[in-house]
Amino acid sequence: MSHERETTTPDGSPHPASLQHHFDTPRQQLEAALQGMWLFLATEILLFGGLFCLYAVFRANHPEIFEYAHQYLSKFWGATNTVILICSSFTMATAVWAAQVGRRKTLLAMLALTLLCGCGFLGVKFIEYQHKWKEGLLWGVHFRPEHSAEQFAQHSAEEHVATVSGEHTSSAPATATSRPQLFATAPATSPATSQASPDTQATQPDPSWVFRSPGNGPRGLRPPSAAPASLAPEQRVRNVQTFFAVYFAMTGLHGLHVLAGLAVITWILVRSARGDFSPAYHTPVHMTGLYWHVVDLIWIYLFPLLYLIH
Amino acid sequence: MSAMNPANPTSDVPPATGGNYLTQTRGILSWVFTRDHKRIAVMYLVSILAAFLLGGIFAILVRTELLTPNKTIVEPDRYNQFFTLHGAIMIFLVIIPGIPAALGNFVLPIMLGAKDLAFPRINLFSYYLWLLGALLAVLAIVLGSVDTGWTFYVPYATDVSAGGTLMGGVIPVLLGVFLLGFSSIFTGLNFIVTIHKLRPPSMGWFQLPLFLWALYATAIIQILATPVLGITVLLLIVERAANFGIFHPSLGGDPVLYQHFFWFYSHPAVYIMILPAMGVISEVISVFSRKHIFGYHFIAFSSVAIAVFGFFVWGHHMFVSGQSALLAMIFSLFTYAVAIPSAVKVFNWLATMYRGAIVLKAPMLYALSFLFIFGIGGLTGLFLGALAVDVHLHGTYFIVAHFHYVMMGSTLFAMIAGIHYWWPKMTGRLYSELWGRVAWVLAFVGMNLTFFPQFLLGTHGMPRRYYNYPPQFQFLNVLSSIGSYLMAAGFVITAIYLLHSLFAGRRAPSNPWGGATLEWQCSSPPPTHNFDQPPVVGDPYDFGALKYDAAIEGYVSKT
Repeated sequence: MSHERETTTPDGSPHPASLQHHFDTPRQQLEAALQGMWLFLATEILLFGGLFCLYAVFRANHPEIFEYAHQYLSKFWGATNTVILICSSFTMATAVWAAQVGRRKTLLAMLALTLLCGCGFLGVKFIEYQHKWKEGLLWGVHFRPEHSAEQFAQHSAEEHVATVSGEHTSSAPATATSRPQLFATAPATSPATSQASPDTQATQPDPSWVFRSPGNGPRGLRPPSAAPASLAPEQRVRNVQTFFAVYFAMTGLHGLHVLAGLAVITWILVRSARGDFSPAYHTPVHMTGLYWHVVDLIWIYLFPLLYLIH
Repeated sequence: MSAMNPANPTSDVPPATGGNYLTQTRGILSWVFTRDHKRIAVMYLVSILAAFLLGGIFAILVRTELLTPNKTIVEPDRYNQFFTLHGAIMIFLVIIPGIPAALGNFVLPIMLGAKDLAFPRINLFSYYLWLLGALLAVLAIVLGSVDTGWTFYVPYATDVSAGGTLMGGVIPVLLGVFLLGFSSIFTGLNFIVTIHKLRPPSMGWFQLPLFLWALYATAIIQILATPVLGITVLLLIVERAANFGIFHPSLGGDPVLYQHFFWFYSHPAVYIMILPAMGVISEVISVFSRKHIFGYHFIAFSSVAIAVFGFFVWGHHMFVSGQSALLAMIFSLFTYAVAIPSAVKVFNWLATMYRGAIVLKAPMLYALSFLFIFGIGGLTGLFLGALAVDVHLHGTYFIVAHFHYVMMGSTLFAMIAGIHYWWPKMTGRLYSELWGRVAWVLAFVGMNLTFFPQFLLGTHGMPRRYYNYPPQFQFLNVLSSIGSYLMAAGFVITAIYLLHSLFAGRRAPSNPWGGATLEWQCSSPPPTHNFDQPPVVGDPYDFGALKYDAAIEGYVSKT
């Protein structure tokens, strides 16, 4: 990129190498770039705005799902990630400052640290996702929370399907349209998820979604002390998969943005190492910083909305 | 980045000789990697017109099928695909990008006296996003079938049985829409920054041509509404691909929420379509009436007002979708409120023409028909904004007639007006005025003959999107189909004489129409850097300083 800038400068023109031909002054170019970046960030906020709106609608309509299902998220790992991202925002801000005052070594170190924090965030996210995956705490039809081993021994899968499909014929229309009936039910379209169905609970005294073994998960991923298993049948919540759809949509899109941010920071790091930036020209560092702060800011909202529901 | 290609000296080399942007550099690569806004605009125009042809073919197929009840040429499933493709192509590929990305891209920097848009590379990137999105959408035609209607309502769009295979149906179209949305965002972003930062110091906000006010208001909507469409189609893609359970009712999702999300974009998108058209009309009416625009500030601020109000009316698409009565009343009220700034514009255009010296050249003919058609389209919109009437008319041909009067009759006619108006500037050639008038008559008569009977069909209760109808509806349907053939003939003639003018048209002077905006100060076609001498910034609608010079068949400055 910088190579191109140099070659495209008209010979003998007063333009500095980094100034594109259609701008009169570096200041005008910087202002244009910053305004463009802020507008782009506004579109990013609106992109996530759709998801926040989705969250608000579902939570307002079905608060019980959120109160119940958020217990399966790990506050420990969520908080850890929050701390990591706040630290990375600090290192990013320092990097921008270093670029402004021309301290190249600080710039490089701070960009590397930011990169490290971003990777750490994604690593933690990976741990969390892997756990959800193993436990079947997924969206839509893929929501198949594990039963305890004993219950699996008691009932074969075929029996579940038979029981459920038999009982669903009478209640299926109601499940699609009515308000929650405060017990868990599986979507009518997917007999495979019926392990979690309330109708099986009618035949089983103590079924529910409990973790395979509380001691096995990573720290913080153990089930809450008030385990769902101890809930009475009428307290159980249906359509829990909706929460996980919202969770994966929001954190997934955010994760993609972190990934994109890491790619851009790597590129900026390479350019910094090459010596492209100076106190007179460091617009890309500045703009990457703005982007990274917005990505952090979105997480600052995601963490309490998803993990800290009371 | 590909822009580093050495074969791309276009936009960064000052003009060496008296060449223009079309002849400055040669070879296909000088177009593929260009960052010149004028070349990108031409690429947009060609691509959009190709999409228009495709969408038009589907429209003719739909009208031909409806000539008779039951089967005329195709089976019902195929018919569903036809109207879906017609709608999706026309809206996402033609009308939304049409005026801003093609005409706006060309004239916006020149009207500001600037050398280019603020972000030339993003401009090129936005074009390729458009192209990729368009190809993906067309790919869906080849690989599978989409028959959901252009709105992609859940559960039509998520039900795997609708639309063939998983990858062959709805998903490529949705991915295409996502990319087209981002293309639109980047265009809008570029326009806003350019208008803010590349205006010459001597040009204040109220010396901007009204076309730029319209594009600015459009860009605000593009930036604020399109991301919501982006996230909506992403969610719909995962809903369909992975049974996500956000929108599908059987998984605990909320299909009405999808409609809210969709219309939160798609209603403001209606103003993305109409506002630039209104901008073109403001230019054309003033220039061809040889009179200063009446009520400049009102027209300028009414554009912004439409952009703002446009965000609060999406619920009027959902009066029968199960939203609360209170919400429906609020949306109805705001819908009426949008009529105010729209009417402000129309009255100002009429007042501009009052006692003007009206010149009936092709752009003006299309502009005048815009006033007529937009009047009908806008006023029938008020019927639909009324809650009780909407319940009767919802989902009938009345809706189809209404939005075709606004989108097709207004926006597309304005786009054709704009193409004629700026044709000499873009190509350096004059088109045939006689054939222009012939084609206009066909298009105008055809347009009204096509869609006016549909108002009657709608009030009599014929539902939209239906393949079959009772025999008493046949007469009106045949009228409508004949109208569509007339209109198609008009457009074909237009294409022929415009293409002919490229090779055999007379050379255009710098200012054939006597416009006072800056693009008429540079040569036709403009040099790569737009202006050989810095333009003189003045009142964009002051025609007193120009006089006609018969020798060059154009206008020159009196001084």
